[in-house]
Amino acid sequence: MAAEVDAIAARIIPTNQTPGAREAGVVYFIDRALATFASADRKLYTEGMAELQARAREIFPGVDKFSAATAEQQDEILRALDKDPSSSDQPFRPRPSGQNFFETLRQHTIAGFLIDPDSDLRGNRGGVGWQVIGRDPGHMFQPPFGYYDKDYPGWQRVAGDPEKK
Amino acid sequence: MTTGQTKYKTSDEVDFVIIGSGAAGGVMAKELSTNGFRVVVLEQGPYLKESAFVHDEIKILREDLLTNHPELQPNTFRKTPAEKAKPQRAIAYGRCVGGTSVHFAANYWRFHEIDFLERSKVGAIPGTGFADWPITYADLEPYYTKVEWEVGVSGLAEASPFDPPRSKPYPMPPLPAKSGGVIFERAAHKLGWHPYPTPLAILSQPRAGRSPCVNCGFCWGFGCEVGAKSSSLASVIPMAERTGRCEIRPDSYVYRIELNAAGRAVGVLYFDAQRNTHLQKAKSVVVCANGAETPRLLLLSSSKPFPNGLANSSGLVGKYLMCNSHARAEGLFEHPLNDYKGFVASRVLHDFYELDPQKVGFYGGGALDARFDFTPYFFALRGLPPDTPRWGDSFKAALSHNFSRTMTVTSAGTSLPLESNSFSLDPDLKDAWGLPALRMTYRDHPDDLKLVNWLNKRALELLDAAGVQKKWSQPIVEQQFALSLLGTCRMGSDPKTSVINPDHRTHDIKNLFLCDGSSLVTSGRGQPTMTIQALAYRAADRITALAKSGNLGA
Repeated sequence: MAAEVDAIAARIIPTNQTPGAREAGVVYFIDRALATFASADRKLYTEGMAELQARAREIFPGVDKFSAATAEQQDEILRALDKDPSSSDQPFRPRPSGQNFFETLRQHTIAGFLIDPDSDLRGNRGGVGWQVIGRDPGHMFQPPFGYYDKDYPGWQRVAGDPEKK
Repeated sequence: MTTGQTKYKTSDEVDFVIIGSGAAGGVMAKELSTNGFRVVVLEQGPYLKESAFVHDEIKILREDLLTNHPELQPNTFRKTPAEKAKPQRAIAYGRCVGGTSVHFAANYWRFHEIDFLERSKVGAIPGTGFADWPITYADLEPYYTKVEWEVGVSGLAEASPFDPPRSKPYPMPPLPAKSGGVIFERAAHKLGWHPYPTPLAILSQPRAGRSPCVNCGFCWGFGCEVGAKSSSLASVIPMAERTGRCEIRPDSYVYRIELNAAGRAVGVLYFDAQRNTHLQKAKSVVVCANGAETPRLLLLSSSKPFPNGLANSSGLVGKYLMCNSHARAEGLFEHPLNDYKGFVASRVLHDFYELDPQKVGFYGGGALDARFDFTPYFFALRGLPPDTPRWGDSFKAALSHNFSRTMTVTSAGTSLPLESNSFSLDPDLKDAWGLPALRMTYRDHPDDLKLVNWLNKRALELLDAAGVQKKWSQPIVEQQFALSLLGTCRMGSDPKTSVINPDHRTHDIKNLFLCDGSSLVTSGRGQPTMTIQALAYRAADRITALAKSGNLGA
């Protein structure tokens, strides 16, 4: 199943001018995820993958595996599965049961791409996900942080405003 | 005595057993132990140290390393009492030593004078339990100052013309302005509003042996690995332990307050980590378990003489739940802000703290602030404009362009106290210990929703004034998930309309005290923790005076 998961993840976050899910080692992250925090999703993966392969064959009769399809064909297959995400996308809100396979895999792919590379879930290999989104790798930063606070002189009272109500 | 060395036997009748070690429980433990009392704090969660505070979004934000676990302690939700509640996670709170103060964003502005007497000014609001507090801002002012100096708050006094009077400046200057804060400040000035540096319970300078903020960027939801966030864990709990009179006992899940035949609390029953049960004896009980678990514990402690739960002669235990009202407007700018660096919010404004109901057509008031509270993973899930593809090249392109260029203007405001909004015991669902689960009933008052819609329009105006390239809002819907858990054992002078008196003593049981978000009579305008801690300092003074004058009875 690993080659198929890898192929799907590579369409969710493709490798183009910059690294994608593949370079971040997302497939290995998902492997660990299904053995740890997402062990309850194993059945969803098995069943979802079977459905995905069936849809692949149905849409493209000559294609017997998702990973063997072209990128354009893969995107079309995934679009057919990407329905009704009805997922939790917020902290502290667990997935409702019955969440669909594609959305689960999408969220796992994103986590595997963007999680702190120091996490023992070992996603975001080499910090490539953070490079892609422009997050500096450190954990200690000094101001100025960005373009708009570069020349900021510090908080000042607006001329003419009363000091206090 | 070194930290963590004090141990009591469960058969030792300590002066106080405190349930919960969060914002209120931590302060209570520090104050009562410093005042010479023997104190046991029972905390249901683990005693985690700073080394456990990783930046792992899955462990922290998905797997609840620091928070109540929805499978072990599930809850149910419904909008109105007429509905049958369904299992659905509706609350998150810190479940570790330090409680929610470990993972909060640490916004620490004070409530204003109006919050305590607004009912008198605005008048009755039909269908609500809108009421004045039995105490005023002036009663609480010295304790707000104590929080700022002892717990550690950074800020700039007198910077907001709307701030209430204060007896002392902040002990530390504000944290640096982030790019989002500067954008917010400049735009607000164009609109004639009054932005100021957000007061934060985060150290901007070394203090009391603690490190200042290193701007790591994993703040809201996470524990601070350098102890700069002024959680109870980093600030007051070490002080309590240093007295040699306070034991913090983690992994201790209290499920019942025991009374004797005379109706006095004699101790509390709890499960230890192995789910063995114990009775910790105590002369008095102080519950600081938060606005959900405090009423739940009272309801779980029902008995023949108290069939509706302890301290519930008013019938109001668990009722008048207020969660504050919220909205978010997001903006995308031309240049990188890199607002992922640092703490969450650096500028706030209180121009809309008191809106005139005659002019706007609804009751309420609130604050706007400039913030970035996304971690990389959650930014990818919900930080992009709603018309962005959810995967593929365009998704990746938006992610890589927007992450450093996005900021949020959040609105936080009042919620009206409705008797139908409540925590109660679910009749069917049980937690992993076999105890009835929390059932939350909540539907925002229409004015609360009108308010945040109104505030969100101001937020969008502000983003326009800032020259935003693209802006969008999260849909404003009736809330079904809460982090502010307020008002469920409200304070008052009349035992018929409140659960605790102004000393935080329950009207019904002389040696049982409650202090946390449940004590609030009104919701403030969001960010209630500062006020919860000021109440805890004041309550500890009142309880100490009662104990020393022999008024807790024997």
